[in-house]
Amino acid sequence: MPELNFNIKRPINYSWLVKMAWRDSRKNRSRLLLFMSSIILGIAALVAVYSFKANLQRDIDEQAKTLTGADLIIQSRRPLSPAVTALLDTLGLHRAKEKNFVSMVYFPKGEGSRLVEVKALTGDYPFYGSIETKPVAAAKTFKKGRRALVDHTLMLQYQAKPGDSIKIGNLSFAIEGSLESVPGQTGITSMVTPVVYIPLEYLEQTGLMQLGSRIQSRYFYQYKDVSGVNSDLKRHQQLLDKEQLSYETVATKKESTSRAFKNLNQFLALSGFIALLLGCIGVGTSIQVYIKEKLGAIATLRCLGLNAKEAFLIYLIQVGVIGLLGAIAGAFLGTVLQFLLPVVLKDFIPVELSMGVSWAAIGQGLATGLVISVLFAMPSLISVRSISPLNAIRASFEEAKPRRDFLKWLVYLLIIAFVYGFTYLQMNNGMQALAFLVGIVLSFLLLIGQAKLLMVILRKMIPQRMAYVWRQGFANLYRPNNQTMLLSVAIGLSTLFIVTLYLVQGVLLNKVAVSGSETKSNMVLFDIQPAQKEPLVKLLKAEHLPVLGQVPIVTMRILEINGKTAAQYEDTTAKEPGNRTPRAFSGEIRATYQADLRPTELLTEGKWTGTTTENGTVFISLEKAYADRIKVKIGDSIVFDVQGLPLKTKVGSFRSVNWNTVQPNFRVAFPTGVLEQAPQFYVFMTNVPAAERSADLQSKVLRQFPNVSIVNLDMIVKTIENLLDKINFVIRFMAGFSMATGWIVLLSSVMSSKGQRLKESVLLRTMGASRKQIMTITGLEYLFLGFIATAAGIILALLGSWALAEFALQSNYAPELLPLLVFLFAIPLLVMLTGLYSSRSVLNQPPLQILRKES
Amino acid sequence: MLYASLQNSILAFQNHYFKQDSNYITLEHILNIRNVSKIYENAGHKLTVLDQINFSIQTGTTVAITGPSGSGKTTLLGLCAGLDRSSSGTVSLNGIDLDHLTEDERAAVRNRYVGFIFQNFQLLPTLTALENVMVPLELRGERNIKKHALDLLDKVGLADRSGHYPVQLSGGEQQRVSLARAFSNQPAILFADEPTGNLDAETSDKVIKLLFDLNKEAGTTLVIVTHDLDLAAKTNRMIKLKGGVVVADLELNHA
Ligand SMILES: Nc1ncnc2c1ncn2[C@@H]1O[C@H](COP(=O)(O)OP(=O)(O)OP(=O)(O)O)[C@@H](O)[C@H]1O
Ligand SMILES: [Mg+2]
Repeated sequence: MPELNFNIKRPINYSWLVKMAWRDSRKNRSRLLLFMSSIILGIAALVAVYSFKANLQRDIDEQAKTLTGADLIIQSRRPLSPAVTALLDTLGLHRAKEKNFVSMVYFPKGEGSRLVEVKALTGDYPFYGSIETKPVAAAKTFKKGRRALVDHTLMLQYQAKPGDSIKIGNLSFAIEGSLESVPGQTGITSMVTPVVYIPLEYLEQTGLMQLGSRIQSRYFYQYKDVSGVNSDLKRHQQLLDKEQLSYETVATKKESTSRAFKNLNQFLALSGFIALLLGCIGVGTSIQVYIKEKLGAIATLRCLGLNAKEAFLIYLIQVGVIGLLGAIAGAFLGTVLQFLLPVVLKDFIPVELSMGVSWAAIGQGLATGLVISVLFAMPSLISVRSISPLNAIRASFEEAKPRRDFLKWLVYLLIIAFVYGFTYLQMNNGMQALAFLVGIVLSFLLLIGQAKLLMVILRKMIPQRMAYVWRQGFANLYRPNNQTMLLSVAIGLSTLFIVTLYLVQGVLLNKVAVSGSETKSNMVLFDIQPAQKEPLVKLLKAEHLPVLGQVPIVTMRILEINGKTAAQYEDTTAKEPGNRTPRAFSGEIRATYQADLRPTELLTEGKWTGTTTENGTVFISLEKAYADRIKVKIGDSIVFDVQGLPLKTKVGSFRSVNWNTVQPNFRVAFPTGVLEQAPQFYVFMTNVPAAERSADLQSKVLRQFPNVSIVNLDMIVKTIENLLDKINFVIRFMAGFSMATGWIVLLSSVMSSKGQRLKESVLLRTMGASRKQIMTITGLEYLFLGFIATAAGIILALLGSWALAEFALQSNYAPELLPLLVFLFAIPLLVMLTGLYSSRSVLNQPPLQILRKES
Repeated sequence: MLYASLQNSILAFQNHYFKQDSNYITLEHILNIRNVSKIYENAGHKLTVLDQINFSIQTGTTVAITGPSGSGKTTLLGLCAGLDRSSSGTVSLNGIDLDHLTEDERAAVRNRYVGFIFQNFQLLPTLTALENVMVPLELRGERNIKKHALDLLDKVGLADRSGHYPVQLSGGEQQRVSLARAFSNQPAILFADEPTGNLDAETSDKVIKLLFDLNKEAGTTLVIVTHDLDLAAKTNRMIKLKGGVVVADLELNHA
């Protein structure tokens, strides 16, 4: 009998809802596991990328001082005025000085010579960190005599030991120890140009300073604190600028180091993001099907008096808890993963990667995991509220007019806002994020449209004469309760993301590939003085080696652009922001003159003039990117200071230059007929067929021409390829990881669609359908649907990756078609196999068992 | 008891006074159906499934609703139990006018006053037999109900199967669990749609005997939809539907 205190609005009993959520999940753990795996993989990728980024940044921040080794470094490539020299001797608390240049060194014992970077040092540099040597004391003791520290790979290569001698220019040094690491230098740079340290006081005597070597002076300072550095820089800014001195502080080093990893970080972020988006699709589809399966149970509970809010809460609790568990597992996996990244990356990252656990990244991952679980499950969760109890007494009750639920629209809005916000965080560019969002929404709508169209066409087009199993298979795609829409969208979007990532990865790999094989030369000789030209040609002839190129190099600076000097521009730039900065005037230019364009150059604008015109106008050609940087147009006039003499020129054309080739390349190219008499030096190229002969040639050249540097291109190409292999590995690894997530998404959507078909298949089986008939019906359905959705996904991916390459990465885009074909056939096949696999119980179990389970 | 009657009389008074209901609702009527119609609209096509149905059911009686297939029995049951809304007319259950309640309020009414038995049992597959029986009480937020639930399971002869899941039970056993569940919240009225439709004759008899025994013990009003005239004959009253209208309403007298 009813009591009077019956309250129609009873309070929500949360602890019971939690209990119910737990009980309700019991029989569906495997389904929830698929949901969870989407979260795990998405969050793992995200956390790995975030942690890596955070750790790298922290390491850079913490180790920035040891990267520079000093609070302030001032550097110059020109002789300095007495005023500046005096100033440089008074800055800071402690001072040290280094002169460095590239030169060949000769190992008398091993009869070998090699291009190295010689650093002549005096003072107690580095103030932070250390020059690591073996034996440890050598870092200090080498400065006490005619002794040198030699890069350890070099020592190994020439089997040199401490105590052996090494010849630099005219002077021999005793090797004091092997150099293990130098502040701010990576394993890779030391492989291209290994470092040799000598005391500064012996530099004169090597005789290399006079012979046109490009010497850089670096002045190191230690300060009491950062404010000292900043106030000194501020005070002397003008003088430093005027003398064209550049400087580096701990802060600028931090910045430039972080910037150097921007591209890698961006790609990692993209793949992490895509893995996450795939995870979102996984969440959406798996929960939708999960709720669909729960329809009967929910309706019964509603009959027993559960209200809409409580039903909603039961599933919200499930989704929240599983999402959180998935996020925790994902954060754990991601943290483990990010420990793998440094193993491959350590050779080209200048800081020591400590790779601690990044709690910030883990926190972000957990929050993101929870948010996407709940957000992307929400459309299905919301529909729980409108499940009618009538479903309990009717087979399948669908309300004639589903009532409009404004909450649903709110959820869609939130999802869109989330995708936009997250994309914005990745790209830091509102327009790009918007374009990305519009792309995704459009793809989504197009896939829905495609599915609808497919259903209409199938309904109309299937001929009655078709074999029964075929008709049945196709009809499954449009009959009530079909999964065509869900699978189309899930397969289509996953394909879109996977293929986009694959194509973008291709673009990136293209971008960094080196082409060393364009010309046949494999040996480049630098810094050849005019007087050495003839004898060197003779030497090469005697060795039966071809001279594949003689490229002249003239050093110069810009004096005036369109009649104004640096000082005049300085006056005007203040008033016209964005105008040419005095920076255009700083820096030495290495130019060449030539009659024809070089193979690595391409004319992009204007007309190439190979000789000086009769009226004496000199039409030069600039590299396009350089011209943009110094803001020069075609037709502008530039006056160069060619080692003291002014030279008037006009900009005649722009070229694009392929810097990826290991070849002499130039920003400024002159025509023939003006620079022939200017002081210059040459670069020769030749081809040495065998590796042993190259060592032999190197020592012969060095003995006769101590200032000439030789670079073995084969070796450099090999080194760079090695480096690229590692970057490629990282790129492939992360891409692969995202693709794995895509596969899980596919798996979960196909697996979860089986419930619909299972009952039917069992009924058919009960009526005597053969195994083959059932497999044909099921396989056909999935294969056909998979094929259509994959094709749509690939087309969308082509558009998407083209847009990414064109607008975000600024790379040229040339997708390979063969891998796309592989995708086109592999994905539908995978879908079909998953579909067949998930309905295998129909074939292997007695029908009764399944009928009991399913009812 | 006193309070309950008081509440009923207040509600009845309100129905009478403010809604100008022509039929005076007596305290003894737990269910009142007035001019109830149900019309389905499908693509502009109207289908009248129930047409101006009127009847009341006395508290504590047993009623059978019979009729040929498609005559609207299940539809009517759904309306009586507050699972669906009528197109016109009023349904009041225990003096509460269901038509003006929100879905959530109707859910609360069901939880408080209504029990269900389904043709296909509708046990929750993820819950054990015991948990299935406990759900309606737990929904109310009641505590220490395990013993009560076990007692009920014992009454239907399944105390030893309390930890089993529905798939591990036969159809008859599942229906017995569902009986225990239906009685667990001591409903004022119990609706059963073809409770024996999925069972063989012998099992049917067992389930029906249990149903009537439990009903007698609890004093519940029982509304059974059935094809089975033997079953219908065991009730106090038989309402016959045909083509959406009541064609007969018979008092059955039992010795
Ligand atoms: N959602 C709906 N839309 C349209 N018509 C419906 C809907 N639900 C039921 N009907 C129709 O209402 C009529 C009555 O159905 P109902 O299920 O109430 O019959 P019943 O008397 O329970 O039959 P049975 O004994 O076979 O269970 C049927 O003709 C049915 O087709
Ligand atoms: Mg019926």
